[in-house]
Amino acid sequence: MHAAHAIVSGFGGIRTAGDLVARMQFNGGMRNDAAKKHVADKLGCAVAELADPVTMNELREDMDLGRANEAPEIAKGIDAKFRISKLLDLEINCVEIFKKKIERGF
Amino acid sequence: MGKIQTRLGDGFMVEMTEAEVRQDLEDGTNDAADRASVPPLTQDELDHLYDIYASPYKVVSVERGKEVCLSYDSANTKIKRAQISTSKIQSLQVLERALGADSLELAHIDYSFKPVKPIVTFEKPIMEQAVLLTIPPLLYGAMPNMALYSQPDGPSPNPADLLPKGKIKEARESQEQSMEYLIADIVHVGEEMYKSGSDGLNLDTTASAGDAEFLASLKAVEILKKKYPKMAIQMGMAAEFVLGMHGELYYDGVRLAGLYPHEQVKVAMKAGVDVFGPAVNIVTQESLPWNVARSATWIKACSEASDIPVHACLGMGVGGVPLNLTPPIDALSRASKAHVEICKLDGL
Repeated sequence: MHAAHAIVSGFGGIRTAGDLVARMQFNGGMRNDAAKKHVADKLGCAVAELADPVTMNELREDMDLGRANEAPEIAKGIDAKFRISKLLDLEINCVEIFKKKIERGF
Repeated sequence: MGKIQTRLGDGFMVEMTEAEVRQDLEDGTNDAADRASVPPLTQDELDHLYDIYASPYKVVSVERGKEVCLSYDSANTKIKRAQISTSKIQSLQVLERALGADSLELAHIDYSFKPVKPIVTFEKPIMEQAVLLTIPPLLYGAMPNMALYSQPDGPSPNPADLLPKGKIKEARESQEQSMEYLIADIVHVGEEMYKSGSDGLNLDTTASAGDAEFLASLKAVEILKKKYPKMAIQMGMAAEFVLGMHGELYYDGVRLAGLYPHEQVKVAMKAGVDVFGPAVNIVTQESLPWNVARSATWIKACSEASDIPVHACLGMGVGGVPLNLTPPIDALSRASKAHVEICKLDGL
């Protein structure tokens, strides 16, 4: 059922910009159209390109935002979320917690 | 006249004439409009629904550019329930990298706040590791499920035993007592998971035990948002209509018993909910065109009344998806497309 909804109506998550639009909905208080515009502006692409996996794969790799097919030296997990937080101008809880742990020193 | 192949709400296939499909669409929207005092779907919208159901293709989809974000109730446990031998984190990675999930949710197999509370200390390290390894927003989720606080499962006298005996006052007092336990559990779990790095909390199947459960959930949201204003809170509902099991409960002056989705979302917004999930249960003996027209009428009104993103519940037995463990893709894709396009949703 999850796969079917993803094909029929979804963005495609980190294959595209679905996770970024979702962040603006959940933590940015934006409805879908506003969230899409915000993400497209920050990525420097057209709203219509947000759900295109070919364009977004290139963009995500260039901006080091993590992507579905992991490869050496491409951001993964929290590493990608540090850059996503900065890109979207949006606090991400786990990134803030991570920063606080680092600030305690080694 | 040609025949259209569709299904009943239980998933079994039926053949209908074009006139029968059009009639069911009209009857479905009128039923919803009458019950909730909201406008029925327009003729253009009914025509669009007709085209969706008359399509001969097995799978239909939204138009390019109309994609919405997907969120999940109990995401990783769907993998567990299929008895696929993966850990919770591996299940989330499957959703993230193989199933195109726009957001993720970590959950316990016994998906209610009450059973999560004693094991939350074991859920926290999983959340802490999961946020290191995944990229999409990751929420923690569970159901308020207030009935678990009633005897024999919990401490409160069972309202379902008291009400048939005419003990209305005692039944109300019992629900008020359960509300306090539920609020404490939701706040505790939400707080602990947020401290472990979650992006927020999903209260799923809210108000399953009626208006008292709804009020407890709203109060828990208020408490969490006051302490953690940036915590994302999603609230998915149990049904289109809040049952008045108590009957005398109000939130900010609004009586909760009897609220429909376009009214539910307004109180949810006041409490601080960030993403709202209206749910419309399927009527199994009616056709899918009837069910989808009915569901889309309520959810469209909800979406129009909302200032926050609306992710309609479209799982097994809700939102025009048949009540079946293996929802057919022809039925699911039609319900998905219909709701996104007619109701101008933000997500599912």
